[in-house]
Amino acid sequence: MADLRTNLAGIKSPNPFWLASAPPTNSGYQIMKAFDTGWGGAVWKTLGVPVVNVSSRYGSVNYRDKRMVGFNNIELITDRPLRDNLREISEVKKRFPDHAVIASLMVETREEWHNIVRDVENAGADGIELNFGCPHGMCERGMGSAVGQEPKVLQTIVEWVKEVAKIPVITKLTPNISDITRPARAARVGGSDAISLINTIQSIVGVDIDNFVPYPIVDGKSTNGGYCGPAVKPIALNMVKNCAQHPEVNLPISGIGGVENWRHAVEFILLGATSVQVCTAVMHFGFGIIRDLKSGLERYMDEKGFTTIADFRGKALPNVKHWEDLNLKYKVVASINKDKCIGCQLCYTACDDGAHQAIALSSDPTDRIPSIIEENCVGCNLCSLVCPVEECITMERRDDGKQFINWAERTAAGHIPKTFDDELAGGLHHWVPEPAEALAKKKPRHYKG
Amino acid sequence: MAEYKKPTNPAEFAANFSPKKPLMSDTEAYYESSRCLYCYDAPCINACPTGIDIPLFIRQINDGNKEGAAKTIYESNWFGHACGNVCPTEELCEGSCVYNNSDVKPIEIGRLQAHATDQVIRSKKKLFRTGKDTGRKVAVIGAGPAGVSCACELRMLGHAVDIYEAKAKPSGLCVYGVAPYKLTNEEAVDEMAYLQEQFGFTIHYNKPVTGRAELDKLEKDYDAIFIGIGLGGTSALGIPGEDKKGVIGALEFVEGLRNMQHKTAVGNKVIVLGGGNTAMDAASESCRMGAESVTIAYRRGPEEMGAYSFEFDLAKKSGSKALFNVTPVEFIGNGAVTGVKFIRNRSAYGKIEAIPGSEFVEECDMVLLGTGQGKQVELLEQISGVKLDQKSRILDDRGRIVVNEHYQTNNPKYFAAGDAVNGGVEVVNAAAEAKKAAHGIDQYLKK
Repeated sequence: MADLRTNLAGIKSPNPFWLASAPPTNSGYQIMKAFDTGWGGAVWKTLGVPVVNVSSRYGSVNYRDKRMVGFNNIELITDRPLRDNLREISEVKKRFPDHAVIASLMVETREEWHNIVRDVENAGADGIELNFGCPHGMCERGMGSAVGQEPKVLQTIVEWVKEVAKIPVITKLTPNISDITRPARAARVGGSDAISLINTIQSIVGVDIDNFVPYPIVDGKSTNGGYCGPAVKPIALNMVKNCAQHPEVNLPISGIGGVENWRHAVEFILLGATSVQVCTAVMHFGFGIIRDLKSGLERYMDEKGFTTIADFRGKALPNVKHWEDLNLKYKVVASINKDKCIGCQLCYTACDDGAHQAIALSSDPTDRIPSIIEENCVGCNLCSLVCPVEECITMERRDDGKQFINWAERTAAGHIPKTFDDELAGGLHHWVPEPAEALAKKKPRHYKG
Repeated sequence: MAEYKKPTNPAEFAANFSPKKPLMSDTEAYYESSRCLYCYDAPCINACPTGIDIPLFIRQINDGNKEGAAKTIYESNWFGHACGNVCPTEELCEGSCVYNNSDVKPIEIGRLQAHATDQVIRSKKKLFRTGKDTGRKVAVIGAGPAGVSCACELRMLGHAVDIYEAKAKPSGLCVYGVAPYKLTNEEAVDEMAYLQEQFGFTIHYNKPVTGRAELDKLEKDYDAIFIGIGLGGTSALGIPGEDKKGVIGALEFVEGLRNMQHKTAVGNKVIVLGGGNTAMDAASESCRMGAESVTIAYRRGPEEMGAYSFEFDLAKKSGSKALFNVTPVEFIGNGAVTGVKFIRNRSAYGKIEAIPGSEFVEECDMVLLGTGQGKQVELLEQISGVKLDQKSRILDDRGRIVVNEHYQTNNPKYFAAGDAVNGGVEVVNAAAEAKKAAHGIDQYLKK
């Protein structure tokens, strides 16, 4: 039976699912409700000198009828007095002693940092998260991502915190930087016990095209926000991987960014995370999603024979290589299952217009099942990605599996194209239609002009 | 049996005849349009007689360009709203949706189409500009789907158009023949007003063209004449007792129903003769009018019915029963019909033959003849009679107008399309043919 208990740098929780520091952790009421529903931990909405917020705070990216595949906010840190938050932290800890309560903090001076760290420790927090990520509002005041983007400043503040902190310190990183491992290494040098990433990405989610103002609109004006939700997960996974693989970072990771179901959590853990933090999915569907997160993770672990989170943490990392290390002899081609094909021909048009002209239509117009032209297929996967039917287009291996050569080896052997018309060009003998063939092709009858 | 109570006021009538395809809300249209896969060379387009670019208009609905969606629809079919409601989509676009191949519900194309066109009809948004005036004039006989479609297309090409309509309202069978749960009079008439406002053709109502003198005048006043007169009334069966009270044509019953609504007289025991779509409509409508029993009687087996299976299903769901392999031989009754005498049939080598001695009487107080419409041969013969010799007839043996690929008759000044040519199919077929006919007329006028 899977044991979901988690220990991140000494912060223990009954499961790896934490609420990220955000609107769902604004109050003790919400966090008690979350713990009661099954969440393992919560990072309190960032504490500091209370702010004044604007009205109209969130914007969304919808894809067709799917709401909030991307989400942004221009809300700042807590607008509630510190004493209220501290009292509620104590109350939550008293009622849920085994759950993780992490205090997210953002202040300016060394003295403020020292005071607030002591305050939250006295209130009973299990850990501290340093908010060096907020990409709007706070950074204009020299805090948030303004710190996260300056590794030297980040390191100094981590050092100030560590001067007094007795509980574990997590440094939360901003993705608004070209190399995420630089602030991660600075956190390490400064003495941070763990890192969490990613904070939100600077964004404009859309523009009101009738009034010429981006969203969210505050009295006819807008500002950039912080982007999160399912759309940012690929960026977060890559940054988690970068930190997990870097030998000089070597810190436990709390993964954040677009986690909505157990599968996403598994992905973060496989790339090196110990816990995951969730915000947008809760803002969309409520705390109840924890039931699916836990049951899915347990089922997965049982099926794979993993007893603890540590059993599979980072298990995908050895399989993430540089491009130059990939096997150039590996060869897959697409295969269409004629019994499953429904005849939408999306694969045909995707390949013909967007890829390598390797899918043909039948000359019989009543037969709508396309066929793969194997000699043209480069194995790009596009057709299998656009196909709306599960397992209809699959990529079949065609090399014998015995040969291996990668770009690094070819470079070392001098066996790579070096001139513009080099005979070693990868696509030299790949069939490409003549340009004018595009005009001779029969068009569907409704394509006009 | 009756699932429907006899309606006694307009509200009860409306409830019994609630729309089969209700208008979609914006939210429903958004969700439904989100499901479209945007197939390449989509089967739905190829299944549509007018070739509407369906995936394109669905995408336009989805991305908030409903005017663009309506324009895409109308560019191919001037009866876009009517067709969205009355088309047998189960057999055409929706029947060919690739989702059917994976046991996923097909996209509700008809309702999406009605949704998009409804927006522009209500907002009176002008989407089209008429062509530059050519100075040529075309007379159109009949303001039904064929006539109005031809008129719109001719106006796009810059020709002036006058429509001569025998009845008091436009839209032909859309107003006088379609079941009210498919399309209301208001919807049909609103679309006509919308088209007329944009295209500026004239409709002369209550102006039937019936004789040689009227044709002479049209020929004198106009450069070309389009015939969109559809079919005639229900043909007589030619069996004894057909003149008894209570024996009426199904088409005439539907027409009466559309105008009289809850005041329409309907029997308690209704027998509907025929296996076509009009018979199914008449049966469904009799049920909805509160008839105690409604029986469809057809001379062959269920699999040979001309009606679409979904129309038969609808009739059954409304409460109709069916008798198969029976031929009516006599209407019984003393003044008013009290029953139909049938004889049973068996089929042999694809033909049916009566089983001797198998006669029986089915009681009823109303008979609706859904046994086919006659042709308006009299008028048509007058066209050929003057202009053509005996050999080059304007009508074929079944009374349909003979046309070439430009929908031109043997008399080069006359063009024709719709039911009068195809023998009676769907609104969408008339719309498709009449559009082509307009281009045929345009070519003829340019010569």
